[in-house]
This record gives sequence, C-alpha cells and structure tokens, in this order.
Amino acid sequence: MGSISLQNVSKNFGGVTVIPDISLEIEDGQFVVFVGPSGCGKSTLLRLIAGLEDVSGGVIQIDGQDMTRTAPAQRKLSMVFQSYALYPHMSVRGNIAFPLKMEGADKETIDKAVNNAASILNLTDYLDRKPRQLSGGQRQRVAIGRAIVRQPKAFLFDEPLSNLDAALRVNMRLEISELHKKLKTTMVYVTHDQVEAMTMADKIVVLNAGNIEQYGTPLELYTKPANRFVAGFIGSPRMNFIEGDEAKKMGAHTVGVRPEHLSPSKTEGLWAGTVGVAEHLGSDTFLYVHVDDVGQITVRASGDVAFHSGETVYMTPMDGRLYKFDAQGQAI
Amino acid sequence: MATQQTQTAARLMMSPAVLLLLAWMLIPLSMTLYFSFQRYNLLMPGMEYFTGLDNYRYFFANPNFWAALTNTLVLVGGVLAITLIGGTLLALLLDQPIFGQGIVRLLVIAPFFVMPTVSALVWKNMMMHPVNGLFSFIARVFGVQPLDWFGQVPMLSIILIVSWQWLPFATLIILTALQSLDEEQKEAAGMDGAGPLSLFFYIILPHLARAITVVMLIQTIFLLSIFAEIFVTTAGGPGVATTNLTFLIYIQSLLQFDVGLASAGGIVAVILANIVALFLLRIVGRNLDA
Repeated sequence: MGSISLQNVSKNFGGVTVIPDISLEIEDGQFVVFVGPSGCGKSTLLRLIAGLEDVSGGVIQIDGQDMTRTAPAQRKLSMVFQSYALYPHMSVRGNIAFPLKMEGADKETIDKAVNNAASILNLTDYLDRKPRQLSGGQRQRVAIGRAIVRQPKAFLFDEPLSNLDAALRVNMRLEISELHKKLKTTMVYVTHDQVEAMTMADKIVVLNAGNIEQYGTPLELYTKPANRFVAGFIGSPRMNFIEGDEAKKMGAHTVGVRPEHLSPSKTEGLWAGTVGVAEHLGSDTFLYVHVDDVGQITVRASGDVAFHSGETVYMTPMDGRLYKFDAQGQAI
Repeated sequence: MATQQTQTAARLMMSPAVLLLLAWMLIPLSMTLYFSFQRYNLLMPGMEYFTGLDNYRYFFANPNFWAALTNTLVLVGGVLAITLIGGTLLALLLDQPIFGQGIVRLLVIAPFFVMPTVSALVWKNMMMHPVNGLFSFIARVFGVQPLDWFGQVPMLSIILIVSWQWLPFATLIILTALQSLDEEQKEAAGMDGAGPLSLFFYIILPHLARAITVVMLIQTIFLLSIFAEIFVTTAGGPGVATTNLTFLIYIQSLLQFDVGLASAGGIVAVILANIVALFLLRIVGRNLDA
C-alpha cells in the first residue's frame, strides 16, 4: 500500500525557487519515473518525498496520511542513493541488516530477511564481504537489498544507474523492472536518461525548471507530447524542429518530426538536403542532413540504406507523424 | 613510474635529506649509547671510564624509576583519554552550522599555538593558584575551601594543562575527518531509522576510527616526552608525584650531573617509547590499513 500524493508542493532554497508548485498523484504499485534535464528539480522532488528536505509549502500524503512534517524514518519509504551510500565499514550482511537492526528486530527475523533479500538479488555469496570488495553492479544490488528488507511502502531511486557502465546499466535496468514485477511495490525513480524512463516506467513525469511538463505513460508521451519540450526530450535521436517559413506553410510556429518518421529517398520528397555525416550502426543508419533554409535534420533510416556523405537526399514525413507547436511551444 | 632510471633518480634526489636526517638522529643516539656505558659525572671531569652495565643497574634500582614509569603512563593515558573523547565531542559541535563558525574554529585552535612554558605558567598563576587563581576565586564564591591544585592533585593538574594544549589538535584532525563523511551516508542512515546516537556509534565513529588512530599515535610520541609543563609548575613534585621519565633523566643529568646514569635512562626511555609505539600499532594499526 503506497500511494503518494503531492498537493501544491513548493520548495525554495534561500531566495531561489527550485519547485514553484507541483501537484501529483502516484497510485499504489506504480513505477513512476521523474525525468528531466539536470537542474530541473527532479532529485529535489524525490528528496521532498523522502523527507530529506522540508517543503516550503504544500502537502505530501503517503497512503492518505499527511506526512509533510514527518521524519524520513517514519515515512516507511526506502531510498537508493546515487552514490549507493553503503556503510563502508560494515559487511554486506551488516549493510542489509542495518534498517532492521535500527527497528529493533530480533536476530532471527533479521537473518531471515537478509538471506531472503540476498537470494532475490544474487548476493548470497557476497554477504561477508565489505562494500569496497564489490563491483559497481554488486554495490548497487546491496543498496537495493538494504532498501527492500524494510518492506517499505515505496522505493525511491535517485539516479541509481548513473555510476555504472553502459552494459551493466542495461542489465540493472532489467533487474529493477523485474524486482518491481515481483514486489509490486510503488517505485519512484529519478533519472536524466529518457531511455531508462521509457523502458522502465508505468508512468513518466517530465520535469522542466521545477514544473511538470507532462505526466503520462511512455507511449502517450511519445505519441502525444503536450509541448515542444516533451517532444524534444522523449525519443532518441531527438525530434527535428523546423521553424520559420517552412513551418508557417503548415500553419504552425514550429513543426516537429521524429527522425524515425522521415522516409528518405534518392529521387523525390518534401525536403531536399545534403548528407553531412552518415552513421552506420548496422541495424539503423543515422543521417545528419543539411537542408537549406531549414537547418540540420536527423533521419533514422534502416540499416541497409546506402547514403553517403555529400549525397543529396529527399525526405518526406510519414502521415500523421507531424507535430505542430504554437509560439509558446504548446502542441496544436 | 617504476623504471630503473626513475628509481635511481628518486634515490639520488632523496639522499641529501635522508643522510641529514640520519646524521641528526644517529650521532646523538650513538653518543648517548656510548655515554650510558661510561662512568661519567660532570663533577669529576676527565675521569670517565667504562663501567659496563652499572649505569643501567643503578637506573633500574632507583626507586624513583618505577614511580616515574607509572607517572609517564598515567600522564599519557589521561591526556589521550581527555583529548580523544573531548576532541570528538568538540568536533561534533563545531561541525554544526552556526553563526561565526570560522572565528569559533580559530579560537578553538588557538591554544595549540601557545608555547608549553607560557601556557603552563598561565595555568599555574592565573587559574590554579590557591590564592590568586580563577578556580580558587570560583570556589570561594560558593564558599568552598579552594583546592591547592599542585599540592593536592598534582598529576591531575598536569594532565589538565597538557590536555588543554592538545585538545585543539585532536579536535582539528577529527573535525576534518568528520567533514569528509559522505552526506548521503548520513541521510541513508536517517532513512534506515537511525537516531542521533545510533548514527554516531554505527556510522560516524567507525568513519572517525582512522583519524582517531592518527591522533593517538602522534600525541603518544609527544606526550611520552612532556617536560616544560612539569618543569615550570611542579618541578616533578611533590616528592616524585609528577616526575615522569623525561624529568627523571633531567634531574640525573643536570641536577646530579651524572651524565652516564642519565644516558642509560635516555636509552631506557627510547626503548620504552618503541615498546609503546609497537603496542599501539598492533592494537590500532589495523585501522590504518586499506
């Protein structure tokens, strides 16, 4: 049972407003990802939920109870920190057992919970090691293990994968998703990586400058971005934006089209341009095309399309895949 | 940087310093060793002769030796206990965000810059003096019989004075260590339900272990050879109540003019210091690993 509700929450540091006014409902059992560029207030928002920072205004409810002024330990939430924040002088067992020890649980309960957590996370062989003897991914799992033994109402993750290398990150992403399927506990996850957000989330909160730009499922965000910021942030490579006369012809201040929604052709199309760089990834080919009066446009073509630098390419957006935005950046 | 060439170069560059230090240490040490086997009294110049281990026999047979040894250990132990516990508590206080933090820290460090003779004199005449001292004034305000510090509790007085001098050092080192504790670790412990006491004993104290070890080792080295504070306050008395090994050796060499006997005492002190250091390294040295 872990629904989290934020009502008109705001946060100032001194005179600087980091979060002006946010209201958000997180339902029980959901995997919600806060995503946004650095400095957008996503970590601050998570720390407000955790109770590590005091709110400047508004109400935080967990499970329908007002927890706005409650100490972090009493909120029954667990957090996984970016640096893992493992206790270096304790063994893995000591680290995982620590929250239970603080609760005053008896030794038998602790042993059982620790062994259970260790088997879920494949840490059984490492229980007697110190954190410094573990690899990055193992440390990450210890941090998660420490979070799950308390059986919290919700897990909070603060950019937990940012210290891992790319391959490990994909693995841990899967493991965290599987853990969520297994435990069915609410999870709130902060990241700046939109791929993590898209792959893991039930619902994504896109934050920008302390405001919620859009709150919805990954596919909603992809297919119906509410504004230009969300459109540009979600999707990789990022959406092409065309301004000026070309956009006006289509009745918008800005027109956006995703690289994967452009069909390249050697003979005819809406826009013509010169290929600057062609990146052949095998499965895909990314073409960075320079178009006069429009600027640079990225095209994602299938891997067997043979375009080379300096060639002319014609591009046509697919039907219904053109996004139009007004001068304020709102979707039309 | 481990090629043959860099190693040779490194040795060459280091050699002047190493040779200088070696001379600095070896020449006095070997002279002391030499004198300790000589019958050498300054009252009978030119009559030195080899006596074997007689000096050592006399030194150990001196009933004051065992008193001095105990005093030395009590002094070191007492000061270490006060400075380490007090230093940790002070560091915890100074780590709090307060108004005028910089100035407060500077004030705390100040006693370390006062030379031992001066601070001992200040303590003797302004604080602990049974007639004019601040403590006796306070005692009289409450109608209590003032304490004659150096007469009634001489060792405690010396320990207090020396602790006052070394507390800033301990505080400073421990404070630095405290500030290097990862903020997220404290937050994680807070979320895990650790109260202030648990936080201190489970997270902060283990983190400080290494700094405390360093303070302990450095202080022990200096505390074994305390002299100035004793010299200007109690002069080793009353009786031998505050005579430590250093002071005993001083008495023998410069008051009794028996250089041979004092040298033997010096060698004993060196050996004692090494034994203490060895024990300390054994006990706490593992904190320095990793």
